Amino acid sequence: MDIKYYPGCTVKTSARNYEASAIAALRYLGVELSELEQWNCCGVVHTLSTDDLMKQLAPIRVLKHVEQCEEREEVVTLCDMCYNTLSQANRLVKDDPAKLKTVNTFMECDDSHGGYTGTVRVVHLLQVLRDTIGFQAIKKKVKYPLRGMKVFPYYGCMLLRPGEVGIDTPEDPTIIGDLMRALGAEVIDDPVKIECCGSHHTVGDRSIVFERIERIIGRARSKGAEAVVLSCPLCRFNLDTRQQEDRTIELPLPVFYYTQLMGVAFGLDEAVLGLNEHRIDPRPLLREIGYQKKGEYGRITT
Amino acid sequence: MTIHVHEQVHRPRVSDQGFDARTPKVRIYLMGKEYQVPNVLTIMAAIEYAGYRLVRGCGCRAGFCGACSTIYRKTDDYKLYSALACQTLVEEGMYLVQIPFVPAVKSLYDMEEITLTDNVILRYYPEIARCVSCNTCTRSCPQGIRVMDYIQASLRGNIARAAHLSFDCIQCGLCSSRCPADIKHYHVGQLVRRVYETRIAPKSPHLARRIEELDSGVYDEEMNRLMTSSLSELKQRYESRKIEPVSED
Amino acid sequence: MIKITTRRPASDLVERVAELSGQSIFACYQCGTCSSGCPFIEAMDLHPHMVLRHLMFGMEDVLTSKTIWVCASCFMCAERCPRDIDMARIMEALRQVNLRENVDHIKISHMTEAELEGVPQIALVAHFRKNTG
Ligand code: SF4
Ligand code: SF4
Ligand code: SF4
Ligand code: SF4
Ligand code: FES
Repeated sequence: MDIKYYPGCTVKTSARNYEASAIAALRYLGVELSELEQWNCCGVVHTLSTDDLMKQLAPIRVLKHVEQCEEREEVVTLCDMCYNTLSQANRLVKDDPAKLKTVNTFMECDDSHGGYTGTVRVVHLLQVLRDTIGFQAIKKKVKYPLRGMKVFPYYGCMLLRPGEVGIDTPEDPTIIGDLMRALGAEVIDDPVKIECCGSHHTVGDRSIVFERIERIIGRARSKGAEAVVLSCPLCRFNLDTRQQEDRTIELPLPVFYYTQLMGVAFGLDEAVLGLNEHRIDPRPLLREIGYQKKGEYGRITT
Repeated sequence: MTIHVHEQVHRPRVSDQGFDARTPKVRIYLMGKEYQVPNVLTIMAAIEYAGYRLVRGCGCRAGFCGACSTIYRKTDDYKLYSALACQTLVEEGMYLVQIPFVPAVKSLYDMEEITLTDNVILRYYPEIARCVSCNTCTRSCPQGIRVMDYIQASLRGNIARAAHLSFDCIQCGLCSSRCPADIKHYHVGQLVRRVYETRIAPKSPHLARRIEELDSGVYDEEMNRLMTSSLSELKQRYESRKIEPVSED
Repeated sequence: MIKITTRRPASDLVERVAELSGQSIFACYQCGTCSSGCPFIEAMDLHPHMVLRHLMFGMEDVLTSKTIWVCASCFMCAERCPRDIDMARIMEALRQVNLRENVDHIKISHMTEAELEGVPQIALVAHFRKNTG
């Protein structure tokens, strides 16, 4: 299977390890992820004002490229924010042909390709794992089950809300948890899993983010979690980098992308998974609960 | 204060310009005023033909300096076009104005202190994160540069790509005059190329060798001779200079 | 304290916000569900349901409230409102009313190295989209 993915700016910078681990884990499952030949920043946040079509140009330009240049019906995203923005823009123009026409007319003279007609499906990589490959199939491929590892799946906002574009039940999502169970981990659950991590306030007002992550990490820790697992590069930044900067958190929880834990369970080389790129080093935990205690992560080397 | 165009007393000598009385004329409008000009002229020559002397908005007259930015519309078209006045022929019904300068403030940085990070361009030009991918910059670039793509590459820290894409920029500023995100593209491009050259591009051994030669004074004597030559001597040397054969690479 | 009056509000703020957000402001019955689930309530001066209430009365203090800039568009309230009001869109409309005056809420040119280096692109783009016009 061959899948076209839209990386987004952050997957090319501070979330390179998300991309690398996704490519490696998917390849292990027999799926090739290949990057779109050309893409621009999606705009990150869906514009919520009814008349601000200028801000829809970025996501629609991406979708137009997928449809008209690469002639694909589906584009996969890794980043939750890209997923949300591309999906919402897609919905907007599919539901409103007049708006689509305005956007297309504006982009008309940029290249010789036609305008966007609304045929592309925007899909998050987690959906590919659940709906196309299947968690059962993934379970069968696990070499080193994450037995005894207590992970807290954190969803945040952009995978779930607004409900029309969410990939799971908004109030009680299980998609990451189900994947973790397939990998053999023990899943810690708490309603805080759907609360915002503080998002872009990480730039303008860190105290807002600190307040958020203290609550999220506090709840997860009190339920016995040893690590957080998530899918969004901004959540990763806030829950990892900012958590480490937050002096009031005494026992920080390491954070993984779900793709990294897939890699660990598949026995992929640690170097490929970029586990060294996190602010709170997650490797001691892996040693502690796996490598040393059970001797199951045979291929992990430093 | 200097205004960029001035009334001029002497018209350019017509015989020099490759047209004569029979050359067909087109109508153009300079800041709203109508003129009939020979259709073989560049915009720049047409402005002078109309009797203006350019004291700003004119430099190399060869498409290199980026001083002669022009914006125009045509009577039969809603679009706002942009061009280099020295490189573009007049057309019937052009409404023209020169944009000799675009206020684009350059950020201060010390190249010695810059470290290569993913956010190095954002550090000095954070506003590139405001780009809405409208592509207006690309459409307005007279050099045919994919301006949006180099801004986007800079945003995602892809310095090499941004440097290559922006290489032909002549800093005319037309892109920056139209960007809805208020980005100062050509300064971004300049920083990107500086970072690329100093931190990424392989070092050139020839350059190092040449600098060594300069430092050791190999060329001093020759330089002194040039500096003390008379104008006629210099002219004569220029006329008889050896022109290198074009290398095949 | 809110003074209740039968006079129609003088400003056209309600109409503008309704138009920009596409939401029926007067459909709100002030149940407070939005505010009770908002993860940012601690940092707000007006709670989300209060923003709507003030808006109904045409009170322009909503435009200068901290709340509209603190709202992170997390859509928690929008998902839960029994009256199907998308508060995130109302907050956006209020930001837009400010930003369309060509006055940014933040000073991009004054941002420091610490604010810019190492921060994910998505954070910066989102921050600028929410705070600059
Ligand atoms: S990139 Fe901008 S400044 Fe450079 S040549 Fe093109 S329009 Fe002019
Ligand atoms: S004109 Fe400005 S906003 Fe539009 S694509 Fe170019 S840089 Fe981006
Ligand atoms: S949840 Fe809806 S109806 Fe209830 S107060 Fe908030 S906006 Fe009004
Ligand atoms: S969208 Fe804004 S107001 Fe609503 S819950 Fe989230 S932060 Fe609070
Ligand atoms: S005068 Fe130099 S580019 Fe036209």
